[in-house]
Amino acid sequence: MPLVKHGKISPDPFVHVADDAELPADSAVLISAARFLADPDALLRRPGKTGVIWPNSRDVDDLVPYLERLGAVALVFPTFRDGRAYSQARLLRERYGYRGELRATGQVLRDQFVFMLRAGFNAFEVKKDSDAAAFANTIKRYSVFYQPTGDGRVTALHRRMQQRHAESASL
Amino acid sequence: MYAYDEIDRTLINERVTEFRDQVKRRLSGELSEDEFKMLRLQNGVYLQLHAYMFRIAIPYGTLSSKQLRRLAHVARRYDRGYGHFTTRQNIQFNWIKLAELPDAMADLAEVGIHAMQTSGNNTRNVTSDQWAGVAPGEIEDPRIWSELLRQYTTLHPEFSFLPRKFKFAITASAHDRAAIKVHDVGLRLHKNEHGETGFEVLVGGGLGRTPFLGKSIKPFVHGHDLLSYVEAILRVYNQYGRRDNIYKARIKILVHELGAEKFAAEVEEEWRQMDKSALTLDDAAIEEIRSRFSYPAYETLPPMPEQLKKAAHDPQFEAWRKNSVFPHKVPGYAIVTLSLKPVGGPPGDATADQMDTVADLADKYSFGEIRVGHEQNLALPHVAKRDLPALWRALDGAGLATPNVNLITDIIACPGLDYCSLANARSIPIAQELTRRFANHDTANLIGRLHVNISGCINACGHHHVGHIGILGVEKNGEEFYQITIGGRADEHAELGNLIGPAVPYADVADVVEDIVEAYLALRARPDELFVDTVKRLGVEPFRERVYATR
Repeated sequence: MPLVKHGKISPDPFVHVADDAELPADSAVLISAARFLADPDALLRRPGKTGVIWPNSRDVDDLVPYLERLGAVALVFPTFRDGRAYSQARLLRERYGYRGELRATGQVLRDQFVFMLRAGFNAFEVKKDSDAAAFANTIKRYSVFYQPTGDGRVTALHRRMQQRHAESASL
Repeated sequence: MYAYDEIDRTLINERVTEFRDQVKRRLSGELSEDEFKMLRLQNGVYLQLHAYMFRIAIPYGTLSSKQLRRLAHVARRYDRGYGHFTTRQNIQFNWIKLAELPDAMADLAEVGIHAMQTSGNNTRNVTSDQWAGVAPGEIEDPRIWSELLRQYTTLHPEFSFLPRKFKFAITASAHDRAAIKVHDVGLRLHKNEHGETGFEVLVGGGLGRTPFLGKSIKPFVHGHDLLSYVEAILRVYNQYGRRDNIYKARIKILVHELGAEKFAAEVEEEWRQMDKSALTLDDAAIEEIRSRFSYPAYETLPPMPEQLKKAAHDPQFEAWRKNSVFPHKVPGYAIVTLSLKPVGGPPGDATADQMDTVADLADKYSFGEIRVGHEQNLALPHVAKRDLPALWRALDGAGLATPNVNLITDIIACPGLDYCSLANARSIPIAQELTRRFANHDTANLIGRLHVNISGCINACGHHHVGHIGILGVEKNGEEFYQITIGGRADEHAELGNLIGPAVPYADVADVVEDIVEAYLALRARPDELFVDTVKRLGVEPFRERVYATR
């Protein structure tokens, strides 16, 4: 499954580690929320980066105390039709100020890339190779955005107001 | 009218390009049907019994003549020459080919019409009073706020994959023509003690399998805060709405299971924590949207022009005028409802020729503007009273002057088993039969206001729960049966109807309705006691007795 980061297919430094598998000492891992919360401090002291796969049915509040020390947060789309992780992503970015890697996992498809970017995701475990290859083009599909989110894209209303000011200033 | 600017137009065009690519990928097999399904639904494309159905949004029920002509063009070019106006200010075409859909969409985009989010588990077309901006006594034009909400909810990055569909309706009049109590979120515009505009917010209304009336969770949300408050509601719903069972996934179930108070507290808490700055609408932003709405330059006209006095001698004209012409906020003008319920016709259908005729008449008599109401009729919102006789003659010639607005033959009906893959039973032939039974306008007038709503299945697209008489198609051992309810209503006094007894077979439905009506005529206290008031006063029992005595 290709990982898209910084807008292109990139090598994935993180390894998904199952709950019953041994953790490698030095390398970057993605582990379940349950495993992480069992002993977060010890896990965060590992030399390798620790990332957490956070289920979409659990409030992100429980993760908030550890955000600054996490190597990555992976949110889950069990199917692309289940949109809970969009809210979790925005909360992590916009309310709790998380700046690290925010990864979309699960059924991550091309037609959701723009929504995911707008919600604050910056890494994507893309289901299909063809979708991953199309990432750069797909995210250029839209140039108009009606809603403000933490991604900073200028909204339609804001653009209109700017145009108005520009017009009245030039009179 | 709201005029799209370059920004709105760009977005719609980008959507068409995206959909064209999605259709291409589906046709090449790159997208599975499961993956494509949600994408097409989010563009208003359903797969029905016979073909793809294409549902197009008419936000808050406002259309220009140019737009209506383009809908006529789509009906002719891509469909079978007609369209079906729905109960949520949409129009549906029932025979579109998948490969041609992107072209139909592109044709519509040229006149600022889109089909975004007319289906799927997202925020649907924002509906409002079809008389917005022209109704006497209206507090202010609710379409400004409808448009703000339309923009806010269009392609929302957080709320495009909700547990289930989500519908907003807004009213700004004491008499609710937008049925806000049966919407996921109903907004009642009113002013606070400082004269500032805001909204009472009702949540969790809806029909379908488990009907509920919306509950008021906040008496006044300032207009400035409308979007942030709505975002709080949607965020609570997106996170906590049930996703384990499609029949329990609407917000009404969440509100019911939590209780309205607890739900309101959850929303309040989310709202409190939210950084509202980016979503707060300042006066300049509201003004920016308001400035995109244009209003007619009304003339100063006499309230009773000569033409009207003269025409009053024609009983047919008078019958139509008394039935279909309504007061306008500007003296000398009227709102005219165009019945799409001719005797024997499918409710809400209009042919391409009729659409063109209405567009021409709108240009001639209504400043180029047309409205679409949830009762599946059209309206011309700004007709000078002096033009009423001429307008009537033209409408009559086009089969659009049936004087049955709000009468028993002004039936709301879903497409039913004739088109819909979800239906258990037919709706349209029941409606057609009823319009024949009550074709005599004197009889229909004698009965007075009476709304018959028909749904072909429990999903309730025909709003049967809130019909004065509600008819619900069910399937029993492979045969079509119908449950009949009475006493429902969708206005500011909204109620859910009560079942009168066991379901009856297809062939008996019209007889049962006749029995109910006869019982009403015998039971009503005065000629002006409406059917729904008689039912409220007496309950279901006397009607049940009458209907089942001989069955």
